[in-house]
Amino acid sequence: MRVQAAPFDAAAEAAALTAGRTDVGAVVTFVGLCRDEGGTLAALELEHYPGMAEEEISRVMAQALERWPLTGATAIHRHGKIAPGEPIVLVVTVSAHRAAAFAAAEFLMDYLKTRAPFWKKEHRRDGTSGDWVAAKAEDDAAAGRWDRAT
Amino acid sequence: MKAVYFAWVRERVGATDEEIAPPAEVRNVGELIAWLVARGENYAYAFENAKAIRAAIDRKHVKHDAPIAGAREIAFFPPMTGG
Repeated sequence: MRVQAAPFDAAAEAAALTAGRTDVGAVVTFVGLCRDEGGTLAALELEHYPGMAEEEISRVMAQALERWPLTGATAIHRHGKIAPGEPIVLVVTVSAHRAAAFAAAEFLMDYLKTRAPFWKKEHRRDGTSGDWVAAKAEDDAAAGRWDRAT
Repeated sequence: MKAVYFAWVRERVGATDEEIAPPAEVRNVGELIAWLVARGENYAYAFENAKAIRAAIDRKHVKHDAPIAGAREIAFFPPMTGG
């Protein structure tokens, strides 16, 4: 688990989780990218709560490892200014079978979006100061479905 | 205790963090928000929709009825938009 300003190498992170192992049957890699919102966005600025961001992602990862038979997992979340097309977040889950890897990756993303202390501010291409991105009710609903599924 | 602010709560308050010393009758997060609001226009603006504000005590998410006794750091921020 890392919180960093620098970009990451998704393939290298996934490879590190399977290196030297012969018990892994499934690797799910999710990368969230910065969109340009129809050409209007110059960049997203991600503010975070240092310390709590790392702790909260670790807590969510511990829950995933407890809930699914994973042989490994990685999460990286960037902060700072991120241009359209650049990666923001990475989740990699590794398991013997695909069902656990898919489910755990989705759980991790749903929980990161609603619990990890990060906030996105828009920088517009026309130079006007953008807004803070508003939280979406569907993100809360997506995270909530994991409560009902237990 | 230290109060820390993030995103538009930080912009509206006009500070990233500050030392605060609420009186003993301010027992929980919700009462602390009300106490802050009474301190000035900037706080009133930041917390105008108090229900929308999320809080963390010593880096753990808490609800507004959470007691603040013994807290070292209390954070206030909007709903999170990472990922």
